Amino acid sequence: MVRLEYYLILSAILFATGTVGVFLRRNVITMLLSIEVMLNAVNLTFIAFGRSIGSADGQVIMFFVVTVAAAEAAVGLALVIALFRHRETLNPDVFTSLKW
Amino acid sequence: MIPLYIAQFGIILAVFGLLLIAAAIMVYSERKVAALIQQRYGPYLVGPKGMLQPIADVIKLIFKETLCPKGADRILFMLAPLISATAAFTAFAVVPFGAETDLFGLIDHKISLQVADVNVAVLVLFAVTSVSIYGIVLAGWSSNSKYSLFGALRSASQMISYELSYGLSLASVLVVANSLSLTDVVNAQSGNWLGFIPRWFVFLQPVGFVIFMIAGVAETNRSPFDFPEAEQELVAGYHTEYSSTPFMMFFLAEYINMVTAAAVATDLFLGGWHGPWLPASLGWIWFVVKIGAILFFYIWMRWTLPRLRYDQLMTFGWKVLLPLAALNLIVTAAGVIYFGY
Amino acid sequence: MGTDLLLFSLFGGVAVAASLLVVLGRNPMHSVLLLIVSFAALAALYITLDSPFAAVIQIIIYAGAIMVLFLFVVMLLNAHKEDEDVPAGAPTMKKPLYMGAVLAVVLAAELVWALSVAGNEPDGMLTRGASPDSAALGSVRGLGQLLFTDYAFAFEVTSILIIVAMVGAVVLAKREL
Repeated sequence: MVRLEYYLILSAILFATGTVGVFLRRNVITMLLSIEVMLNAVNLTFIAFGRSIGSADGQVIMFFVVTVAAAEAAVGLALVIALFRHRETLNPDVFTSLKW
Repeated sequence: MIPLYIAQFGIILAVFGLLLIAAAIMVYSERKVAALIQQRYGPYLVGPKGMLQPIADVIKLIFKETLCPKGADRILFMLAPLISATAAFTAFAVVPFGAETDLFGLIDHKISLQVADVNVAVLVLFAVTSVSIYGIVLAGWSSNSKYSLFGALRSASQMISYELSYGLSLASVLVVANSLSLTDVVNAQSGNWLGFIPRWFVFLQPVGFVIFMIAGVAETNRSPFDFPEAEQELVAGYHTEYSSTPFMMFFLAEYINMVTAAAVATDLFLGGWHGPWLPASLGWIWFVVKIGAILFFYIWMRWTLPRLRYDQLMTFGWKVLLPLAALNLIVTAAGVIYFGY
Repeated sequence: MGTDLLLFSLFGGVAVAASLLVVLGRNPMHSVLLLIVSFAALAALYITLDSPFAAVIQIIIYAGAIMVLFLFVVMLLNAHKEDEDVPAGAPTMKKPLYMGAVLAVVLAAELVWALSVAGNEPDGMLTRGASPDSAALGSVRGLGQLLFTDYAFAFEVTSILIIVAMVGAVVLAKREL
């Protein structure tokens, strides 16, 4: 007997894990990976709710989220490559030129 | 008599065993056919006409020393051939190779000769093919050697580029067959037109078949697209640093990928197990014959055609094959709507 | 049934463990591979939720394409050695690290509380085969109909988004324009 709340709690834990990664890691690639973890948690929530109300909308929205995540990963990694060419490091704390 | 779950377990064992035997037969037939094309004898010492040669090869490979280069990432180095081999076997799990049968009344229900009858079988195949790229990339990266890395990166780019044409030509067949399950696709090809032309999709989709075969050759890294093993340029590509059992696993994975690609092509385009003169329960004989024909064609192509240059390969994949596959899909969809297939 | 709970805890546990290791791991190459494991566990969870199409899409797109992209970038930038030695001029982060850990636990607790009171209706069960049309729920045909009728606008906008992202990625990563 798996209740809906179990899936939602699992998704909450995954989302919190991803948020921790984005805030605390000082490596741009790991930050992007943590964003993907967060997006996956959201996908799980959508599918769980879609199943519990018996409609296929959850899967359709998950499909859009996956597509947006793909586009964002592509552009994000292109930015990481461009930044790396400039300063040879993956630590986001180094890029402070625009700070006031 | 035999309950269903034991029959299904038996099918799993049978498929696993048959795939291993098929890989062994492929090893032997590749060398023999290559020899005959090149007008020499090939293996003839071990067993009658050299038929026990694959067994000798396996025994030799098992007794070699397993090396791991210094500076290589050990976990990934040992994991990569496992990923390749596992993905190769998993892909065959959704391919049906025979009609629904109850083995002449031995089993309780009719079962289909397929390990898992999912109704999104085609997509599962596509997914597992995407995962098999990781085996190659990780092998190249973790070997800590420039030849391996080049071979792996070239191979991965080639596989993901040709996956698109693979998927689009597959989609054209799905539009005609109206279902994602491979069993339904094969059953839509039963029967004849005019009494003697079988209703295979290769006659409805000739361009799609050609695109699928070319993409299949590129996906399984066979010549003329065999960059990962380009012996003349890259020592041995991504499996340069491997010896004994992991090396054997890479070759096993490659031959089983070939068998799977041939099986999928047979199911999608050549009517699967339907054929004249045999009852439906013996359809798997026709299946084996068709797979044999396609595999012979693969081997023939390897020893006849020269290898493409890398930029020629990528140009061909992106600028010729992909637009052609997309055009094929559009024309097929228009045809289905207009003729109402 | 017991098997449902067993499957859920197995795959859920693998997903959580893999995600934790992704976030806390030192080697970005290992993080990418563990994230693939996490995706596979989530795909299995989608299958238990009667959404086989979502599971397969997850593997094809996420594990099969996006992660290959990440792997290529990690190999290109040679990021397999963790170089978090702080370069001169960047601030060190000890106190913010501890504060961040505490806040993360608070966030997790708050999310768990908020989502667990969400499904308060008595029949919040998600057992297998509970709803009579669970097969229709996962059918690709129904999904396609929804996608092209109710969500047609979003579909078209997504295709424009993908083209823009493709062009953007190529332009951003070029050495000289």
